[in-house]
Parts: sequence; C-alpha cells; structure tokens
Amino acid sequence: MDFRFSEGEEAFRQQVRQWLKQEIPQRWVELDPGIWEETEESWAIARQFHRKLGEKGWLAPAYPKEYGGLELSHMKRLILAEELAYNRAPVGVEVEITVNWVTPAILLFGTERQKKEYATRIARGDTIFCIGYSEPDAGSDLASVKTRAVEDGDDYVINGQKIWCSYAHLADYCWLAVRTDPDAPKHKGISVFIVDMKTPGITVRPLINILNHHSFNEVFFDDVRVPKENLVGQKNNGWYQVAIALDFERSSIGWAATNQRIIEELADYARETTRNGQPLAKDPLVRNQLAQLAVENEVARMMAYRIAWMYSKGLHPGYESSMSMVFVSELSRRTASIGMRILGHYGELDRGSKWAVLNARLARMSLSALSIGVGGGSNEIQRNIIAVRGLGLPRK
Amino acid sequence: MDLGLSEEQEMLKTSARDFLQKECPKQLVRQLDDSEEGHSPDLWRKMAEQGWMGLVFPEEYGGSGGSFLDLAVLLDEMGYNILPGPFFSAVILGGLPIALTGSEEQKMEFLPRLADGTTLLTLALTEPTAGYDAASVRTEATARNGEYVINGTKLFVPNANVADYLICVARTGKGDQAESSLTLLIIDARSPGVRITPLKTIARDRQCEVVFDNVVVSEKNILGRPNEAWPIVEEVLQKATVAKCAEMVGGAQAVLDMTVNYARERIQFDRPIGSFQAIQHYCADMASDVIGSRFLTYKAAWKTSEGLPAAADVAMAKAWTGEAYERVTLLGHQILGAIGFTMDHDMHLYYRRAKAGQTIFGDADFQRGIVARGQGL
Repeated sequence: MDFRFSEGEEAFRQQVRQWLKQEIPQRWVELDPGIWEETEESWAIARQFHRKLGEKGWLAPAYPKEYGGLELSHMKRLILAEELAYNRAPVGVEVEITVNWVTPAILLFGTERQKKEYATRIARGDTIFCIGYSEPDAGSDLASVKTRAVEDGDDYVINGQKIWCSYAHLADYCWLAVRTDPDAPKHKGISVFIVDMKTPGITVRPLINILNHHSFNEVFFDDVRVPKENLVGQKNNGWYQVAIALDFERSSIGWAATNQRIIEELADYARETTRNGQPLAKDPLVRNQLAQLAVENEVARMMAYRIAWMYSKGLHPGYESSMSMVFVSELSRRTASIGMRILGHYGELDRGSKWAVLNARLARMSLSALSIGVGGGSNEIQRNIIAVRGLGLPRK
Repeated sequence: MDLGLSEEQEMLKTSARDFLQKECPKQLVRQLDDSEEGHSPDLWRKMAEQGWMGLVFPEEYGGSGGSFLDLAVLLDEMGYNILPGPFFSAVILGGLPIALTGSEEQKMEFLPRLADGTTLLTLALTEPTAGYDAASVRTEATARNGEYVINGTKLFVPNANVADYLICVARTGKGDQAESSLTLLIIDARSPGVRITPLKTIARDRQCEVVFDNVVVSEKNILGRPNEAWPIVEEVLQKATVAKCAEMVGGAQAVLDMTVNYARERIQFDRPIGSFQAIQHYCADMASDVIGSRFLTYKAAWKTSEGLPAAADVAMAKAWTGEAYERVTLLGHQILGAIGFTMDHDMHLYYRRAKAGQTIFGDADFQRGIVARGQGL
C-alpha cells in the first residue's frame, strides 16, 4: 500500500495549480457561478477557458494522442480533475458530458471519420455536446424512449421529444438516443445519433431550474433529417452503447473537491465569527459537525481515488463508481444543510443580498445539490447497481 | 499510489482466515464468551506457532519484523472471525509500550516470551473517570528506598484476569501539568495487593477492575523514563485506535457477507428477499460503510506503518469506523429479522463487539474533537 502520489504526480499538481492561478479569469471569480448557474456571460468565459485548457491538452487528457489527447495517466487525470474543481475553474457539467460521456463512446463505437471530426474538436475545446436521453416517459427507465428515427434515402428522419437536456440551447451537437425498431424488445430497438443542433426542425424550449437559471431544456424534433453517416455504432445496438457510455469513468472526485473547499471555507467562517460572545469555532456542536463533514469528505475522496486507482491497474470499476456517486451526492446535501445551519439566519441569504456571507454559496448549494444524485442515474438506480452487480443480490 | 495489499499481505490474510475458520469456529467463540477466562491457552499456543504474537516485533526479540500494516491485515481477519481472547491487549497494549520504550533488558525479558505465547501482558491506563486523558490518571506510585508503592484503581483494563504482567500508568510526582509526572511500571499481576475483578459486559470483552493496594515494585520495573510516560501512552493509544479500527473493519465485512448471504437465500413471497429493493438498498449502504471504513482505516494504518504523522487520520478512521460498524450491524439485524434477535444466530456476537468497539479509545465525538483541532478549529 502507498497512499502517496508519486513525485512526478505531485509536481504535476503544482503545475496545474500554478497554471490555474494565472489563467482563471478575474471576472469569473467575481461572477462565481456555481453548478447550474450559468449566464450568457459566464458561458462565454467558460467556452474561452475550455480552449485554453484544450491548448494544454488538459480538456480531454485521456484521449489518444491522434485525437487530440495526451494519454495522461489515470492518477494525473484524477489530480487535474481535483484541482479544477477545488479551484472553481470555469469547467462545468458541459465538459463532463462532452468529454467524459460522449466522446469515449465515439472513440469506442464511432467510425474513423467520427473520431477524427468530433473527438479532435472536443479535445481542442471547440465543441460541446448535449445529451438527448431522457423523455417525458423515459427517465430512469431509459429503454422506454419513444422518439423515432426512420430511414429515408440517405437520411434518418427524427420525430419526438427529449427533456432535461442540459445546455441544449448552447451546445453544438446532441448525442441522441432514439428508437429505430419499434417492433423489437425495448432494449433492442434503440440507436444513437450525432445531431447538429442547427438542423432544421429542432426546437429548444427552456426549463428554468430550481436556481432560477436556464440550464435544462425540452428539445422537440420535428421531421429532423440526419445523414446516415451520423449513426454511431450499429443500428439497434444503442442501448448497449448507452449503458457502456454511462459506465465510463464518472469522476466523483470533482464533487469531493468542491465539497472540500466549502468545508474549509466554513471552518474559516467559524474561526472568524463571534456568536454568544465566543468564536463559533469554540462551540462544541459546530466543531463536531465540521469535523464530521471533514471525515465524510475523506471517505468521498478515498472512494474517488479508488476508482482512478482501479483504472490505473487495468480494472474496470462498475458498482464502485455508483457507490462513490451515491456517497458524494448525499454528502453534498448534508454539507449544504449543515453549512446553512452553522451560518444561522445568514444561511438563507441568496446571492446579491447585501448581507450574504460566503457569497451565498451554501444557500445556492442547498439547491444545486438536489440535482446530484438524480442526474445521470438516480441514487436509487445506483443502489440497485451496487446491490446486484456489486453484491450479487438477485434481480428477481 | 497503491491502494491494494502486497502479495505477502494477501497471503497473510488468506492464511489467517483459513486458520481462524479451522481453529476458532463460532462454537469456540461462544464457548469462550461464556467461560470465566475468555481465553483458550490451546488456541493461544497455535496462534504462537503461526508467529502472530511476534508479527510486529523485531527478529532479535523473537518476532518476525513485520510492519504495522501487516498487523492491521491480521487484525482485520481477527475481527472478521471475532477472535476472542487477549491478542489485542497482549500485543498492542502490552507489547507495543515495551517495544517502544523498554530497555534492552526489558525487551529481551518480555518480547520473546510474548512472541512464543508464554507471557500475557496488558495496559492498566484508564480509571473510574473512564477518560483517556492524562488528568484522569490518579493512581499513585510513591518512591521509597529504590522501590515504588502503588495505590489506586484502574478500570476497563482488558484481559487483566489472564495477564501475567500489567503495565501500569501511575502518577509519580506533582508536575505542573497532568502529563508531566506519569510513569509506566511493569507489575507482576500476582503481586500482593493486586486485586483483579472482571466486569460483566455485553460484549464479553473481559474488561477488568484492577485495584492496587500498597503494591510494591522495584524501580527496575520502570518502563521508559520516569515522569515521561505520557508521550508513549499517546503513541500506544494512537496505534491501538487504528488497530481497533482494523478489527472493526473485519467485523463489518463479516456482517455484510453474512447478511447478503441470508438475503440471497431467504425466500418470502416466492422470491429471495435480496431481490426486493428495500433490502438491496440497505445492503448497498452497508457495503458503502464497509468500504469507507476500510479505506480510512488502511490509510491511517499505512501512515502509522510508515512513521508519518497520523493523528488526524487515525481520529477520522475511528470516528467513521466506530459509527459505520454499528450502522452495518443494525441494518444486518433489520434484514435478518427475528432470527437475528436470538442467541442462536451469530449476528449478535458482532453487534455486541460493534457497541464495545465504538467507545473504546474514544468514541466518535471524542475523535471528532481531534479532527476539529486538525481543521484549526
């Protein structure tokens, strides 16, 4: 056993930190958008930052070199993700979706042309994808998608509706799961397409999220023609490809690092704030709660490290990723809850309030954390995976 | 980074599991739980043959020079099989202080005999306040003509009832601070004036009251330097805390395995109850608690093994593992239902130990106090 990073890895961490210190734009720091709080201005800054990261090769460091990646080791990627999140770099869910969900599937199932065209541009920071999986009647039960794609000459013609599509209003492409064989069993008639969001017939309608921001959308497909060459992998094999894509390295380290930062800020606040005539940091209940958060975050961090380490050993974590996501998502909610209680009445002050403390991050987090543990497979689905795949409990 | 055990450690783990399954079946565990001594000399002799008692001690003292991490691996398996008896108190609470601070003569006298299974030791630290702080030590050792006279009451001294020697933490002066006048003394448990009374506990862990009534020992029995015992005690406590975590991780793993097996086999409504999501989700949470405990514990054990500062990691491990082991056993009981509420089933053996393990060496609140200090609070 050795819980240390190697010297080279530690040096890499310092390099990343140094770079982030120079490169995170001051305006971004002032805006301080949390997850799901993008504005037009913050999005523009983020897209610019993606390109800068892309130049370093750090946007998609895992990809093969021929497609713009660095083939960086798993441990260095872990470090990179940890530093990006801890330092609140302008890298959000849009990168997670595009770089960690979509492209690995393209690299695995796509044609050479698709790999060259999309992976390379993604790695440069030029292209963002949104995901078209969920539908009004297909959430956790993803195999129930009804959106249809029908062959017509050189194209497929797509009709139907998707929902909860993050950044569909800003993305360049949609990674779309549709039904191509309505007569086959529901898992066997699904295919995956890459769809240019500028294609005629696509209507994007905003859904305003709980933070009062526009991040989700409904996307309507009305006779949308997609060239056949945009089919990814085999026709009707989409369910399997989607399952594999959802299984790719889900880096929960970002959540743990985000959480780490906020716990440290809460500890600072407790030291600097006087209540009932003494520093909050002397209150045994506050100490106990902050210590518990630190302990739990250590668990979250180790669960995330474990996944990177397994990959580095050539193992393929499955249920381990689910476990890590369940834990960190619920911990994020606890952190927000405990944090708000420690702030007392100030806890409920929203961003922009004259008296807001810690830039109202805890109040915002109490809202945004509701999404972690729902998106990308709810915690109930994740627990099913842990039980069935991890512990071998029977499905029936 | 390497989060896995070495090949040798995997071998140690497997051989320990095989040995304990064969030599310490649950029937023996129960028998020892119900016995007066809580100790089987026969099993102890076989364990000595395995080299377990000398695992972490240097070869020149009859040990095999293993690392603390090796010991954690072994304790993990002992916890899995809930090995009863004085291993923990003899090796960790008794052996470590001698290895850490004993004179050459003392090491030669005690460690080989501990390693070959002929001598049992334990640490007499806590007193009726039941606290692990220096101020709680009131037992006095008064110097008199090259001897010390010891008076006081120790409480929660594990396995003192079978120990040959007690390492007593006693006050030998009136220093400015509680920490500054404590001394370790090795006391023959059969000395006149030593009165040992086992306490009845739900975990059957053989906690004892030890009364020292004008017990006389030679000053040669001082272990380490007079009045400078506290840093040694703290080091031993820190190591014992990780060691206890390792034991609890094993116990929690056993409870998870036992419960999952039951959930696979128990049929209700014509299907295994493990196919119901209510049960599956409990099991998923148990598995998460076991893994979390495992990583925090092994990180603390590894740091300890490497001689790195580990106070905060140890406190984190104990804070988490103590509560996680309890949660795991509680869910295990819930899934087992009525059968778990009997003496026949093994689950209660684990639950009892989880309850005791939670408090020993400081409960989660105590540990979180240490973590908070590490956070600069």
